[in-house]
Amino acid sequence: MKGAFITTRFEHVLGWARKYSLFQYPFITACCGIEYMSTACAHYDLDRFGAGLTRFSPRQADMLLVVGTITHKLAPVLKTVYDQMTEPKWVIAFGTCAVSGGIYNNYSVVQGADRIIPVDIYIPGCPPRPETVLDGLIKLQEKIQNGRPEWRWLKT
Amino acid sequence: MAEDLTRVLTEKFPSGLEVHSNAPGDEVIAVGGAVLLEVMSWLKEGPLEYTMLLDLTCLDERPLGRGLTMVYHLLSLRRNHRLRVKVFLAAESPAVSSLAGLWKNANWLEREAYDMFGVAFAGHPDLRRILMYEGFEGFPLRKDYPLRKRQPRLKERVPDA
Repeated sequence: MKGAFITTRFEHVLGWARKYSLFQYPFITACCGIEYMSTACAHYDLDRFGAGLTRFSPRQADMLLVVGTITHKLAPVLKTVYDQMTEPKWVIAFGTCAVSGGIYNNYSVVQGADRIIPVDIYIPGCPPRPETVLDGLIKLQEKIQNGRPEWRWLKT
Repeated sequence: MAEDLTRVLTEKFPSGLEVHSNAPGDEVIAVGGAVLLEVMSWLKEGPLEYTMLLDLTCLDERPLGRGLTMVYHLLSLRRNHRLRVKVFLAAESPAVSSLAGLWKNANWLEREAYDMFGVAFAGHPDLRRILMYEGFEGFPLRKDYPLRKRQPRLKERVPDA
């Protein structure tokens, strides 16, 4: 291979590196957490996609998993966790409650995590099967790879 | 036992207590708010030994022409027997005496009933909301709480299209 070289784009390399090193922060509030656990454990193995490292500090994470019902009481906590994450960061709404509030349309439940923070991928299901979660993760990886970096922190 | 129980109760408290159900294992009595504390402490410490307060909740029965109703679920561990006690409260500014001095768990249960229904528990050591947040207005499980009323703590963003 002496003298061989490859050409690529900086953004492509950046996306490739990022999509396979997603450090996740699981923000788990409800029964969807069980499906998250089975997805993260050996049977379905989130780690095959490079998303196996669970961080319990939002400052070390770049993928926020909103798993479960978000109530109005909890909304400021979710906002704080999101704000503490460093760029680049992505958010997955995991399960029907995080997507839209689900069956709970009442005085206490926020009608979707995207009313509080921007969401990149919505995973439907009550709760979603692990295959659905993996599909959502792969779609997020595609988004990271193909989407142009938003440089959100430069725009503020 | 069922007949015995209600007979014992009506003999002990001839006024301010009526039997709503005599079905074995499903006895229901209603007591007046004025004698609630007296009846409950006798049920707990008297010969019937209802030592455990399983649950305490409230019903908004105003659509049925009543006021609010408190419901207490008691269990006698020694006799393995249950009893339900109801107290009918006024529709306007419902109030009843607190049982937090008798059963410690009544403290949080009554806070929940206050939070959801606005029942004022006289003699409660720390009557404030337990589930809803500071600044929440009204009592959400009352029938007159607007179905669509929302009180978000944050200004909600408009989701991306």
